[in-house]
Amino acid sequence: MVASPNSNAPRLLEMKEIVKAFPGVKALKGVSLTLSKGEVLALVGENGAGKSTLIKALGGAHLPDSGEIRIDGEAVTLPSPHVSQLEGIAIIFQEFNLVPKLSARENLFLGKEIVKNGFIDRRAERARAGELFQELGMSIDPETRCQDLTVAEQQTVEIARALASDARIIVMDEPTAALSQQEVDKLLSIIRRLRDEGISIIYISHRLEEIYEIADRVTVLRDGETVGEAPVSEVSKSELIEWMVGRPLEEEFPKCRSSPGPVRLKVEGLGRGTSVRGVSFELRAGEVLGVSGLVGSGRTEMARLIFGADNLDTGKIAISGERRIIRQPRDAIRNGICLLTEDRKEQGLILIHSAQENFGLPNLNAFKKGFLIDGKAEAQAFDSSRKNLKIKVSSGAQKAGQLSGGNQQKVVLSKWLEGNADIFIFDEPTRGIDVGAKYEIYLLINALVARGKSILLISSELPEVIGMSDRILVMKEGKVMGEIENAQSTSQETVLALALKE
Amino acid sequence: MSKERLSRRFPTISLGDYGMLIALLALCLLFSLLTLKRQAGTGPAAETEMVGVVLNRISGSELALIVGASNTDSEILARNVYQQVIASGRDTARLIVGTPRDLRLALDEMAANDQRLGGIVMSGDAIKWRVIEQIPMNFPQFSNYLLAVPSERLWPDFLKASNLLAIVERIVVIAIIAIGMTMVIITAGIDLSVGSLIALSAVLSATVVKAFGGADAPGWSVGLGFLVGTLSCGLIGLFAGSLVHRFKVAAFIVTLGIMMMARGLAFMTTGGFSIDQVPNSFVWLAQGSIIGIPNTILLLVLIYGSAHIFMTHTRFGRYIYAVGGNAEAARLTGVPVGAMILLVYTVSGLSAGLGGCLQASLVRAAAPNMANMYELYVIAAVVVGGTSLSGGSGRVFGTLIGAFIIAVIQNGMNLIGIQSYTQMFTLGGVIVLAVLLDKARQSGGIRQLFSRN
Repeated sequence: MVASPNSNAPRLLEMKEIVKAFPGVKALKGVSLTLSKGEVLALVGENGAGKSTLIKALGGAHLPDSGEIRIDGEAVTLPSPHVSQLEGIAIIFQEFNLVPKLSARENLFLGKEIVKNGFIDRRAERARAGELFQELGMSIDPETRCQDLTVAEQQTVEIARALASDARIIVMDEPTAALSQQEVDKLLSIIRRLRDEGISIIYISHRLEEIYEIADRVTVLRDGETVGEAPVSEVSKSELIEWMVGRPLEEEFPKCRSSPGPVRLKVEGLGRGTSVRGVSFELRAGEVLGVSGLVGSGRTEMARLIFGADNLDTGKIAISGERRIIRQPRDAIRNGICLLTEDRKEQGLILIHSAQENFGLPNLNAFKKGFLIDGKAEAQAFDSSRKNLKIKVSSGAQKAGQLSGGNQQKVVLSKWLEGNADIFIFDEPTRGIDVGAKYEIYLLINALVARGKSILLISSELPEVIGMSDRILVMKEGKVMGEIENAQSTSQETVLALALKE
Repeated sequence: MSKERLSRRFPTISLGDYGMLIALLALCLLFSLLTLKRQAGTGPAAETEMVGVVLNRISGSELALIVGASNTDSEILARNVYQQVIASGRDTARLIVGTPRDLRLALDEMAANDQRLGGIVMSGDAIKWRVIEQIPMNFPQFSNYLLAVPSERLWPDFLKASNLLAIVERIVVIAIIAIGMTMVIITAGIDLSVGSLIALSAVLSATVVKAFGGADAPGWSVGLGFLVGTLSCGLIGLFAGSLVHRFKVAAFIVTLGIMMMARGLAFMTTGGFSIDQVPNSFVWLAQGSIIGIPNTILLLVLIYGSAHIFMTHTRFGRYIYAVGGNAEAARLTGVPVGAMILLVYTVSGLSAGLGGCLQASLVRAAAPNMANMYELYVIAAVVVGGTSLSGGSGRVFGTLIGAFIIAVIQNGMNLIGIQSYTQMFTLGGVIVLAVLLDKARQSGGIRQLFSRN
């Protein structure tokens, strides 16, 4: 499509009232966004606010249910990534889209090779790759395999690829999550250079400082809606956070105060490679210990170490004062530890099996009668669990994959509760779950605490951590940056300040 | 264990689960109709009829010949009729089981002794013997005798007891190995080595038997041979499983390698020759019977029954499904994933080993080149039986049905005289069709199968 200049000087990109629903979740409830030529727009919002869905709609991965996308004033439909690319849109996801075993040059021209006489013209490709890298101020040998490049270099290859396909709009999703400060500075200067050449950037980041440094305007999403939009110079950091968080916390989190008992889990000097470095803490009976930190801060990795999903390099784990060796999840489960994984679909449940089978899997010993499983006892146990946790299933035979996110989380919870675990590690328990079901999960956490269970609550949603925890650990780059003793009286900025502390 | 509990474990079984059973029955019906023809009567009704003929219509002073061709239905009929006739006190009856020559000799003897022929009672294949046609010409002294055959009835060749038993014998090896394969495929793996393991197991058992005296070897040595063959294959399965689990090598490649190694070992064991110096007890496993039921059928019932209970009503069975459904989620739920992988490949090896013993016993010999390509038939039986190659789902009884579908198609095409090349083509087509239908069932209909999303 060729853009025709319009007398009203239309914005380069306009997205109006975009709506997109998935089974069980309405991810976008009417999001609008505009982008001018040569502008850097920051897109912020909590996890689950709808940023990625919106970006995928722009990238042609999701077709919106309703709403309008205009480029240069003309309405377009983006049914596939290919069409989106032809419209000049390039998206750089957090997980790069590079083939690790191919060279930088091959990745750069993948699908649009420079061909001469039916053969790939390597020399021309190499020359063009060199030009692009130079333009971006990076010296990368085009023949290096991508798996041998640093993260920052791989990112440069992605950006160069966007330029090679004449992108006019480049979307960057959390581009600095895995970069060092030096690399971040370099990236920001590349972005400035692109902007000066008239390319428009949508910049998604949790790091507010970067937004103030690089963006012209900011658009804030919350729960699938646009809640604010302003030039960065006109909005303060606290205003921005308030937009992101929205409602007052008291209403959202039904936290019950409790008096924690003796220390149940004691972790000392936990370490694995560079992802977890010397983490120590104590968790008491009847206590919720929140774990906060940005994506990539090592929270999940730390949880996996305690659960035995990965092996420890260093560190000691003691339960109720006794040292325990945990080599695999079975050991952890035997010691009353359970993990409700961040990724329920890939790690928490067997989606093609029924809810009841998922529930029974870790508890089959309890339903044994001789060598055989007592199916009746299993069905009865599931039935009472279903009633207690209000799991909405048509029957125990319904496949776990057909349940909504909230009900899937409840099935995972039910299987651990049946096994009488004492230590529950929740990793992003409410991710992808709608508001009503979130509230129920919070109530379940309260109920667990009331029964004297110990809870480690890992969450990227600051209000959730602050609202539901007794104490908060803040992590960054695999280390504990600080511990907040009284979670209820802390502010999001205090937590963020720790999470961003150098 | 009560029936109620068995059914509770899988509260809902959709119609799709019966799809393959319906297909099998439809095939049986089809071949029954295609092979329907007038058959010489057999069975109790025909026996009663013939006993009546001998007792009532042939004078006691004359000799009644009861004739059966050996190793056919008519032999059984003849023997039973003769017993009943003798039991009822008639002594002027004579049983002749064998070839036309045996009847000829009997008639010569009668002519020489000047005995009178009252009648010949026979069925099935004996009717066509020319000896009988030529009696008036060769033995003019016999006149006024009766020729009696049971009333004919309309019955399909396909449904004759001898044919049904032939189907079972044809498929028993594949069906038993398919149990191990089903378990492996449910964990999202594959075992290509089973065909070669059949040969290895057969050759090892026969070698052991040969070492204890060959054709004169004692019965216990046959048992020992079968045990050695089966357990060796179990060990090889364990080895394959440990490679798959410990080193995360793709099961396809591991078992492809073992397939070639096992075939090589089988040839090395015998130096390339077949072994047929085995005692009569060697064939009992596959050709014998207990209380009148053929061992092959007993084995199928026993092994399929216990495999079904193992897979659906024990912890380990549930773990195996979990490993295939999502290995990482299973591990994080405390399932001993590694042990389950070792288990299924060991069971696959053991079942291939037993299959090898059966195959050797069926053909009364062991050859290093036997059971070529059997692994593909086994995989086909599992897949036709509705087990998904992506793991996590499938049923043991589905596999049994899958194996029988393949056997029935082969047998039916033989009966209606289809060329073997055409048979191969058709069988391949059926396998492709079965998999497509299964896919359609999973994705909710034929239309979904063809939609691009």
